[in-house]
Amino acid sequence: MKYYDKLIFELSNEGSIGYSLPKDDFSDISVDLDSSLLRNDTLDLPQVSELTVLRHYTNLSHKNFGVETGFYPLGSCTMKYNPKINEYVASFRGFRRIHPLSDESLVQGSLQIYYEMEQMLSELTGLDAFTFSPFAGAHGELVGLMIMKQYHLLRNDTKRTKVIVPTSAHGTNPASAAVCGFDIIEVPSLDNGRVDVKALKEVLSDEVAGMMLTNPNTLGLFENEIEEISKLIHDAGGLMYYDGANLNALLGYAKIGNMGFDIMHINLHKTFSTPHGGGGPGSGPVGVKAFLKDYLPAPIVDKVNDKYVFKTPSHSIGRISGFYGNFLVVVKAYTYLLSLGKENIKNVAYYSVLNANYIKESLKDEYELPIDDVCMHEFVFDGLKDKSTGVKTLDVAKRLLDYGYHAPTIYFPLLFEQSIMIEPTEVENKETIDDFIKVMKQIAKEAIEDPELVKGAPHHTPIRRIDEVKAAKKPVLKFKDIGKYD
Amino acid sequence: MSKVVEGLYYAKTHEWLKVEGDVALIGITDYAQDSLGDVVFVDLPSVGDSFDKEDSFGAVESVKAASDLMMPVGGEVIEVNEELNDAPELLNEDPYANFIIKIKVNDLDELNDLLDAKAYEELTK
Repeated sequence: MKYYDKLIFELSNEGSIGYSLPKDDFSDISVDLDSSLLRNDTLDLPQVSELTVLRHYTNLSHKNFGVETGFYPLGSCTMKYNPKINEYVASFRGFRRIHPLSDESLVQGSLQIYYEMEQMLSELTGLDAFTFSPFAGAHGELVGLMIMKQYHLLRNDTKRTKVIVPTSAHGTNPASAAVCGFDIIEVPSLDNGRVDVKALKEVLSDEVAGMMLTNPNTLGLFENEIEEISKLIHDAGGLMYYDGANLNALLGYAKIGNMGFDIMHINLHKTFSTPHGGGGPGSGPVGVKAFLKDYLPAPIVDKVNDKYVFKTPSHSIGRISGFYGNFLVVVKAYTYLLSLGKENIKNVAYYSVLNANYIKESLKDEYELPIDDVCMHEFVFDGLKDKSTGVKTLDVAKRLLDYGYHAPTIYFPLLFEQSIMIEPTEVENKETIDDFIKVMKQIAKEAIEDPELVKGAPHHTPIRRIDEVKAAKKPVLKFKDIGKYD
Repeated sequence: MSKVVEGLYYAKTHEWLKVEGDVALIGITDYAQDSLGDVVFVDLPSVGDSFDKEDSFGAVESVKAASDLMMPVGGEVIEVNEELNDAPELLNEDPYANFIIKIKVNDLDELNDLLDAKAYEELTK
């Protein structure tokens, strides 16, 4: 394929146009505005024909890498395939063309989706009520913490200003808690990767609002002491918050509510196969136990006399999105759940865990496995086993690009120096996974036989090794910054 | 193998301390800069700030991660290395020649809890 890296502005050709507009009837009308508010120069837009625009963006699109191009083992992100039926259903005119201000009586079907989605998520998680207002996972975390705060404040328990997070937590957890006005207490992890329960006991007090936990945790390990942890937090008067990032590992096998969690968020764009990252808007529904139902953001959907209606919960934290969240994303997740059905949903967790363990066991002779244990849906290596070659995790990740793979998550979690975090998800077949294992072994071999080859990777991508220091210190964010367009 | 310099005090959190009288220079070790990778930003405290031992007095941000800087001993900041604002990479180039802050040490007895070069070398082996 021909290499293509043009900017649309470079294609501009004086006089080329891609539109045909009728004569401007208003050109002789004067506008009574201060001259400082009027544009005097012409708008600096590229002058291009329709075909030029089409070719430009089609060529750029060929540079995309997504789960539809190849294997995407990005740990902690659950980059699973987004079945096309989701898009098909979301494109129904009845969903696509409704107005957010429509009267409830005109959108009963859409409200039914919210209502039934809440029931399905409740069944899967063991939590009693959900809001679909949050736009993404981190937004869900903020909403969950606002509920936690509201709960304590309305009981006049004003001392609770601290939220506990383990050292292995996703960065968003302490960030969300800080944005919500909490102070953060970090608890360390044990050598086996789990929360240090003894250390947790030492930080408990009547100032603790709650604890945020991901289970399985960021190392892909199940927190076996979860019952004890929940009990300790509850006895101290705090609430348990579940970060749903790793829910994929548990679907149909374990309920979050049964582990003692009171509040959780779900990333529909991870676990429930809606587009992720740049592929589309996200959705971060928040679920709560019944005693917190009245704190949910407004509005929630209820069913009264066979009609679906919007309601504002009595102690609601208020509105957290303009309307009702990203509705079509919920439609896609709803479609995913119905197309899998109750009988197949367990296979999601089953194969995601099996695939991760298969890769881990196949590669642990070449890569350092710091915690040799059965993992859940993902696991973490601490770089190559043979450290003498000087080849680091970054080099391995770059070399993977040469072989046509998306790189795994690297240098996270921070518990190890050379973390590589791999999450295959349930959607990959054995052939794809075997090919990946073969390539990872090949890279380990290259690191010993020809370390410079790996340190200089990638060699076959359109852009070679990026100067990350320059990218961080002098980012070029608009075309005029490149210099040659001044 | 990371470089360790004789005659300095070391913290387990990978800061070095060079003491002259009751004044000390604080920087990060070679091991720390190597683990962090290319440093792109150093978050410095202000002169006059006071910190207790093990307080975070700033942060180092690299292409890989942001990492807190910890006080090996308690003290008051009397000088910060302004050069690092424009050239944070100095911490990669020579971590021992480029200090981050200079402090007036509150209690010289706290130095007893720190490691010497040999013990630190052992820690990072």
